[in-house]
Amino acid sequence: MADTRQIRARKGPVTYALRFFVIAYLAVLVVWPLWEVTSRTFAPVERGAEGGFSAFLERLQDPTVTYAFSLTATCAFWAVLINTVFGVGISLLITRYNFPGRRILSVLIDLPMSVSPVVVGLALVLAYSSGQGWFGGALESAGIFIIGSTPGMIMATAFVSLPLVIREVVPVLEEIGIDSELAASSLGANGWQIFRRITLPSIKWAVVYGVVLSLARSLGEFGAVKIVSPGAALRGETATILIQNRYTNFEEPTAYAAAFVLVLASVLALVVVSLIRKEDHS
Amino acid sequence: MTDTLVAPTGPARPTRRSSGLFRLTPTSGIGLGVALVWFSVLVLLPLAAVVGAAAAGGWGAFWNTLTDAQTFAALRLTVVEAALVTVVNAVIGTVVAWVLVRDKFFGKRILDVVIDIPFALPTIVAGLVLLTLYGPESPVGINIVNTREGIFLALLFVTLPFVVRTVQPVLIELDADVEEAAASLGASRFTTFRRIILPSLVPAITAGSSLGFARAISEFGSLVLISGNTPYQTEVASLKILKFIEGDNQAGAAAVAVLLLLVAIVTIVVLDLVARRVARRG
Repeated sequence: MADTRQIRARKGPVTYALRFFVIAYLAVLVVWPLWEVTSRTFAPVERGAEGGFSAFLERLQDPTVTYAFSLTATCAFWAVLINTVFGVGISLLITRYNFPGRRILSVLIDLPMSVSPVVVGLALVLAYSSGQGWFGGALESAGIFIIGSTPGMIMATAFVSLPLVIREVVPVLEEIGIDSELAASSLGANGWQIFRRITLPSIKWAVVYGVVLSLARSLGEFGAVKIVSPGAALRGETATILIQNRYTNFEEPTAYAAAFVLVLASVLALVVVSLIRKEDHS
Repeated sequence: MTDTLVAPTGPARPTRRSSGLFRLTPTSGIGLGVALVWFSVLVLLPLAAVVGAAAAGGWGAFWNTLTDAQTFAALRLTVVEAALVTVVNAVIGTVVAWVLVRDKFFGKRILDVVIDIPFALPTIVAGLVLLTLYGPESPVGINIVNTREGIFLALLFVTLPFVVRTVQPVLIELDADVEEAAASLGASRFTTFRRIILPSLVPAITAGSSLGFARAISEFGSLVLISGNTPYQTEVASLKILKFIEGDNQAGAAAVAVLLLLVAIVTIVVLDLVARRVARRG
């Protein structure tokens, strides 16, 4: 950092021009639109109508809105839980164990993040819908319906946020190496003891970070869930689907209120993430 | 805050270091088995079902779907828009990263957080946020609904962090000595940038750009409200897939989805190669 000080000291017109450009660009692209959403959330709907915080809360207490948020929370909870257990497990496997296909697996693990949400939804439908899916018929005769119900939406959510925990945990596991684990093992600790006493404390923050990122991603998932969900009010309508439905039905105030809650959630996630990073570095 | 919601140089990969790894024990073997079954059920089988559905009608049907005038127009629009956005991001993203690392001014830390917002926001909310400022009730009199400019703006918004977040850490690590040496030998600042700094940023810019391109190609949520979805005009690939699904044309949807999947896989491979090349050079 100290090295760049000299370069920083030379401030010409170019420096100021670039600075102005960047500020203006970010303001027009991100900050101003965000401000506009906030002000519309709390603005009175029409002249003389009540605006402000109470109207905002009232919109959120509508039964369809509370249903949407609780459904979103349910999907996010299960998806994050599954991804955390799976993510920590698979991170340990690909950094600690040698098995054929290890490298291919570690590349494939990243695939879900790059696949379009629509394709994710379509893939789940083509595999599990009772009408057209590969396994739909078998599942249907067993009385299991995945598409159009909560399990399918949990799967869609889990799919899109799958690599987030792994991405955080793998580098940390690589960095700490296996020396202390080997030492513990030579002193007679069993696998579980090693994991709980040696490995887990060192990956703790990476796991928390991964969980926060997964949670943020899961709460906001739209495309994949939309395709596997019935998507009607009180029937599979998550918070994000509700925003779309309300906006297109000209019920903007409710759409803004729900959107504002999600904006708050994601900004909160950003803050938590930066706090964790600080904690982790110190 | 150089930590990010985007993986710095793409995904984390275990290094090719098979010595010093444990051999699979019965317990970890079972763990691996369970993990692989879940990964197959959630990701691999559904994606295979997409490929299967696309291939079901044979090469001719696949080709006919993609070369159908309306589908082809959607694909071309998607690729052109994504390419434009990628070029703009490669330049502006580098400039933003430059200002965030080298310049110093009041409020810089806030800008650093602002960069992450497009990534943290749910996509449907991102669309709504842009519409409040640039939509039908725009306070500045710009309406981007159902225009190609609108699609461009939405893609610019959601892909903002990619290049910035990959270039930023590289720029911080950059050795100032070389720059000073170049300057002391009489190189102008522009020459120093072009000959000294830019070459070392190229891998990061490439990585960030390919992440951004893949994201732009597959983007769905933020375009739902903005793109009017007019055939030949503002219909993009992901929305075309949705239209196919809603029209119960699974084969058509799968054909377009396979193309998007291919882009995702190519991106991952490119990132892996870039990451390995950088790792080799130390």
